[in-house]
Amino acid sequence: MFPELNNLLNTTPEGAEQGKLTLLCDAKTDGSFLVHHFLSFYLKANCKVCFVALVQSFSHYNMVGQKLGVSLTTARERGQLVVLEGLKSAVDIFFRPQEEPHPLQFLREANAGDLQPLYAFVRDALEPVDCGEAAWRCPVLLVDDLSVLLSLGVGPVAVLDFVHYCRATVCREWKGNVVALVHDSGDAEDEESDVLLNGLSHQSHLILRAEGLATGFCKDVHGQLRILWRRPLQPTTPRDRSLTYQYKIQDKSIFCCEPSSEPYSL
Amino acid sequence: MAAAGTCGTGTRSTGSMVAAASTNNVTSFQRRGPRASGADSGCSRLVSIAGTRPSVRNGQLLVSTGLPALDQLLGGGLAVGTVLLIEEDKYNIYSPLLFKYFLAEGIVSGHALLVASAKEDPADILQKLPAPLIDDSYKKECDEDVCSHKMEPDIKMKIAWRYQLLPKMEAGPVSSSRFGHYYDISKRIPQELIETSKWHGFFLPEKISSAFNVESCSLTPGYMKLLQFIQNIIYKEGFDGSNPQKKQKNILRIGIQNLGSPLWGDDICCTENCDTSHSLTKFLYILRGLLRTSLSACIITMPTHLIQNKAVIARVTNLSDTVVGLESFIGSEKETNPLYKDYHGLIHIRQIPRLNNLIYDISDVKDLAFKLKKKLFTIESLLRAPTLFLPQVVSFARGCQRPS
Repeated sequence: MFPELNNLLNTTPEGAEQGKLTLLCDAKTDGSFLVHHFLSFYLKANCKVCFVALVQSFSHYNMVGQKLGVSLTTARERGQLVVLEGLKSAVDIFFRPQEEPHPLQFLREANAGDLQPLYAFVRDALEPVDCGEAAWRCPVLLVDDLSVLLSLGVGPVAVLDFVHYCRATVCREWKGNVVALVHDSGDAEDEESDVLLNGLSHQSHLILRAEGLATGFCKDVHGQLRILWRRPLQPTTPRDRSLTYQYKIQDKSIFCCEPSSEPYSL
Repeated sequence: MAAAGTCGTGTRSTGSMVAAASTNNVTSFQRRGPRASGADSGCSRLVSIAGTRPSVRNGQLLVSTGLPALDQLLGGGLAVGTVLLIEEDKYNIYSPLLFKYFLAEGIVSGHALLVASAKEDPADILQKLPAPLIDDSYKKECDEDVCSHKMEPDIKMKIAWRYQLLPKMEAGPVSSSRFGHYYDISKRIPQELIETSKWHGFFLPEKISSAFNVESCSLTPGYMKLLQFIQNIIYKEGFDGSNPQKKQKNILRIGIQNLGSPLWGDDICCTENCDTSHSLTKFLYILRGLLRTSLSACIITMPTHLIQNKAVIARVTNLSDTVVGLESFIGSEKETNPLYKDYHGLIHIRQIPRLNNLIYDISDVKDLAFKLKKKLFTIESLLRAPTLFLPQVVSFARGCQRPS
């Protein structure tokens, strides 16, 4: 977790809010640092995390997690973390057909229907068990990322349905959080991606959008981070507050600053 | 033969140097190999694979793309377990060169090859690979022979001698532990090198003509067969460590040519909304899954300029690890632009992966152009120091006096 980002979001692992859908979005840049941030944040907050890792292998997240101060292997052994590795499972499903339903079994089918098996997997992973031992704070679902599901043949409406079901169960029923990353295709005219992004933006409480700079590549500023708070839980706070910061990612931390009003000069 | 003998000791000593250097570094941080399933205890055995080196940044195992200039732009090389996507130039003149460099590098380093094409027979592709220029072990061996020469003629001899020595390379197979070699495109690779290398070919017209029992899956039959072939080789030859009979200590280099073109049975280059629009992206996803769990690296050339649907190009880019685009000047208005007169095209590094890390090595130089000389394919930066200032600087230096 990046302490600077916690300050910007005004949260701490101890005081994390519950029942929220956070949307992570990136346009023209790589927003995966946000996924690493939230993964380590919720593990440090002692929450039970279900991580649907569709883009990279588990060891990649583990190594970055170690830089940020959490050990994913320890969390997995302890039962705090449940990981679904997309890449590894895809190979298993495709080449070694199994009898029992797999969360990603839509890969085998010609017309990928809906994501019900995936939802069932999430529900089983995060269901609160009251067996008397040290309970985790709240269940959290983290998905990296939803745009890959579109590439694999799932329709945007099916993905929206999946998020809706997860929200109803994880956020409303179990008072947990859902965090998902979606790519904004920008001017690539990807209609399915636009449908997914607009639908999710409408439903989410907090949107973090990492954008590449409009002026192009810059060595010292990697991009711009827009934070948008929507649907505040207290009626007194102003609606739809938004902040913009420019960031630079370093080896183990992130450096954020206000965008300068003058044109960037060396 | 004396030549072969000295060559042998030369490579062995370099090899042990590499291993010794790496074992010293293991104590400073846990060096993880690629995501091969047998990699937990495999640190020491992985660093001894010829033709690879660990990345400076995070110990990731890298292989050379065959073009040292491209290796530098990609942050040291291509990481094992990843996909390098080359977006072909308009008339597919220069991208086959990058493809051939990658395969030639594999042969010289002693890696196993898997060549897949729908257009050309893999055996023919291998015949047309460029010949490698000499490497250091032979250079050391010849230094002993020419020890009687003076220093300056030695330097000249060394430079000219590289081309003179090519015929002498027939002595035995070239196995080099160096990372990255130079190739001479005007010459073909020696036949012995191809024969001693281990390669597997996938030629689509041969494979698809067999019995057509395709289970209903949204992958086109060509992609399906290719994936099964790749998975078969990886499992049988033990590149993913799961085969109990075979413990492989080598890298598999996979080369797929013109993926996405209509010859593969895919409509994605022909129409904007085709039925098999998810075939290519699903293929890439499953391929990446295979690569991540094995000791292999893959190069794919794709005619993205033919893909009608821009959304698919964006998705394909997101599903690949490293993406390099070639843009040739032939037939475009840039051909007559004086800025580009020395070059044949532009090369764009569109994407570099962040593997096991939050940051990556990205080159500051964004304006890169390539040039195909008679023997070499070079990549240069378009930014050059302004030469207009030079005469004024010289006159200033002549005019001013040194302060005493």
